[in-house]
Amino acid sequence: MIEEIRFSKEHEWVVIEEGLARIGISDFAQKQLGDIVSVELPKIGSKFKQMQPMAIIDSIKASSDIYCPLSGEVVEINEGLLEHPEWINQSPYELGWIAKINPSDIKEFGSMMTKEQYENFVGKIK
Amino acid sequence: MRTPFYEIHKSLNAKIVDFHGWDMPLEYSGIIDEHINVRKNIGLFDVSHMGRFKIKGHNAYGIIQNLVTNDISKLNDNHGLYSPMCYETGGIVDDIIVYRIDSKNFLLVVNASNREKDFEWIVKHSSSVDIENVSDKTALLALQGPFAQKALQRVVESNLEMLRPFDIITSNIFGVECMISRTGYTGEDGFEIFFDSSEVEIWDKIMQSASSFNIKPAGLGARDTLRLEAGLMLYGNDIDETTSHLEVPLKWTVKFEKEFIGKKAIMNGKIIRKLIGFEVLERRVARRGNEVLVNGLTSGVVTSGSFSPTLKKSIGFCFVPSHVLPDQLIEIKIGGKQYQAKVCSTRFYKRT
Repeated sequence: MIEEIRFSKEHEWVVIEEGLARIGISDFAQKQLGDIVSVELPKIGSKFKQMQPMAIIDSIKASSDIYCPLSGEVVEINEGLLEHPEWINQSPYELGWIAKINPSDIKEFGSMMTKEQYENFVGKIK
Repeated sequence: MRTPFYEIHKSLNAKIVDFHGWDMPLEYSGIIDEHINVRKNIGLFDVSHMGRFKIKGHNAYGIIQNLVTNDISKLNDNHGLYSPMCYETGGIVDDIIVYRIDSKNFLLVVNASNREKDFEWIVKHSSSVDIENVSDKTALLALQGPFAQKALQRVVESNLEMLRPFDIITSNIFGVECMISRTGYTGEDGFEIFFDSSEVEIWDKIMQSASSFNIKPAGLGARDTLRLEAGLMLYGNDIDETTSHLEVPLKWTVKFEKEFIGKKAIMNGKIIRKLIGFEVLERRVARRGNEVLVNGLTSGVVTSGSFSPTLKKSIGFCFVPSHVLPDQLIEIKIGGKQYQAKVCSTRFYKRT
């Protein structure tokens, strides 16, 4: 079954799997950032409100905050990114996921952009 | 503004950025990929945005010698040197390359960001000299990397093995008269090639003839990380009109035994800070403008910072008080948080 993906205006994506929200950044975002060289991940157990900064990505050109697209508590992080930050470039939706959170208000997911809305949104940015 | 190769960059899907008013390629295949390819194979850079001035006449030598801090008296024909040019205050107007073509003909290569300023400065200090800004008439490509000589030799008649660093010759490439210097801004062996700006197809011809050496185009992104690893200063970042030679790794370019504009100010200047190299010991990349703390006190600022694709570390240059020692631990404030860094040489990379 294909999980539904939603996007934030700051280019994070979310997929809900077994009640948990898996989060990463979009393909558009990784292309804009260029070569990603380090990732500062959130701590497990830390809590964020929707769109609070949760992680930092350094690309060779610039640093970017990654916002937590849904309110909730971090339950898992992708530690593989510490050694392989380039996974975000190579596979933004699979290998390059950043964290899983336990969302406290699943209604927030419904208010995020659908894939089609997001494609429209980045089309306008370009 | 655009260089003669702008359409080529577009057709190669380069990411184009504004660089001091120039639409320049930032990257083609990716900064890290291009960087590593220059260290291992060859990269081709469009650096036509840089300024090029021809200075002619029997006064040319004296005028240039007075403008630059390095000593051009020992320059032979067809040889160049690197030198800053100073204000009376000792601050740096620009850092340039001066080529002596012969005793009455000189070629100056200056930073893109300083083209107009430098031209005015030189004219202001020149009397009865013939100075021509040939920047728009000419194109400039840089071919850089360990296989640059082998690749270029395929298309140049002159023996490139005879060309020492900073030598410059005139030779034909594909029937086009070019000036070729053994120079660059990457820390690798390489050449810079000057030719008429209408001869745009030279780009493709070089790419084709060097394809077996895995040549790739390289943009300003890789140019910046390459020069940073090699410990080379960037005007506007690491040096500017407020910098003294003696606080940056450019002491070797000041020759106090000759006269030049700014000499007195440099000699009498009090040195309280110095530019050092640093390596961040944690997982963040320091950037230009980040604060530097020494013993917990704000003491300086990062002038250049990036990730080193060769060393796979976050590196950079920063100003610190002159008492700071090699290997000393300092802190850099990145995004409101402090990260530990270690003082090291500005030359992060030396080719073997």
